[in-house]
Amino acid sequence: MKLFKGDLHIHTCLSPCGELEMSPLKVVKEGLAKGLDFIAICDHNSAENTGAAMRAGAKLGIHVLPGLEINSVEEIHSLAIFDREEQAMRMQAMVYAHLQGINRPDIFGDQIVVNEFDEVERFDGRMLIASTQLGIDAIVREVHRLGGIVVASHVDRPSYSIISQLGFIPPGLELDAVELSCMSNTESFLTDNRNFKGLPVITSSDAHLPGDVGRRYTSFFIEAPCVNELRMAFQNKSERRIVY
Amino acid sequence: MVMKVRDIQSEFNLEVAAGGSGLDREIADGYCGDLLSDVMANAGSGSVWLTTQAHQNILAVAALKELAAIVLVNGHGPDDDTRARADKEGIPILLSTSSAYQLAGRFYKAGIKKKEE
Repeated sequence: MKLFKGDLHIHTCLSPCGELEMSPLKVVKEGLAKGLDFIAICDHNSAENTGAAMRAGAKLGIHVLPGLEINSVEEIHSLAIFDREEQAMRMQAMVYAHLQGINRPDIFGDQIVVNEFDEVERFDGRMLIASTQLGIDAIVREVHRLGGIVVASHVDRPSYSIISQLGFIPPGLELDAVELSCMSNTESFLTDNRNFKGLPVITSSDAHLPGDVGRRYTSFFIEAPCVNELRMAFQNKSERRIVY
Repeated sequence: MVMKVRDIQSEFNLEVAAGGSGLDREIADGYCGDLLSDVMANAGSGSVWLTTQAHQNILAVAALKELAAIVLVNGHGPDDDTRARADKEGIPILLSTSSAYQLAGRFYKAGIKKKEE
């Protein structure tokens, strides 16, 4: 086992708020340049660019996990992270079935699907920034059913976090971890809340710009950067752990 | 005159979705908000709370802040977990198709406001 540095929350140009230059290839190159061992691609309510990032990462030598940052009916953002593109696509299908509206690129920004060769495939027309009609409980259940993990996004932030929306983490909600935003002072937060309401704490970049990739990351002492190993690290099982 | 949940329910023709055993709770004030963190910080006890948030955590917030009742506005409805929790706590959940703004205006006009000290 060894230390793997992972940034589990990176947007691409598919997110309306993501910069145009955040192509899957560019994100992968940035991850490598920052010395990360693995990254997760989590665009708003979509996984359309995860396959391209995984293929680019495989070629260049950085492991990429496919994910989505899902916006629940309560307007809670959470990261759904998987091992295989096919799992992320199945989660995406459920999200799309509960997502309404047409994007207004002039207001929210373009949503660009790009392949691993940096070629534009198409523009997505859905209102990806909107909230779905899926409750947070249903999201957690479905991600687990598909074999993924759920991390509540930026719990320290005053908007779109489970704490801002619901006041506290509902008892019985089986989140795998919570994420601190890059705005947080991780050290002082961790001093007081190593286990945030009993949940492991990670921190990640929430990058929307190339320069932001890896500005925050989490170190995992694991066998390999896969969902099962991350889950064990969250649970401190078989010597796997998060290293702060 | 003391206003009860039952009074606004009949006056404004609100549907009782759950927590019907609490219809005799007294209303002292009102509050609007969809962020539970804000409601926990600012809602006064005895308030009738107008919100679009239907997650079952609203019952915990209502119990914590000793709110009189919850009104889900804009046609929002509770799921089964939320209903069960409301019945258990005896906190009424009422339903309205009006917006929070419209309904709050009517409530205010009907005299639901914090008594001046």
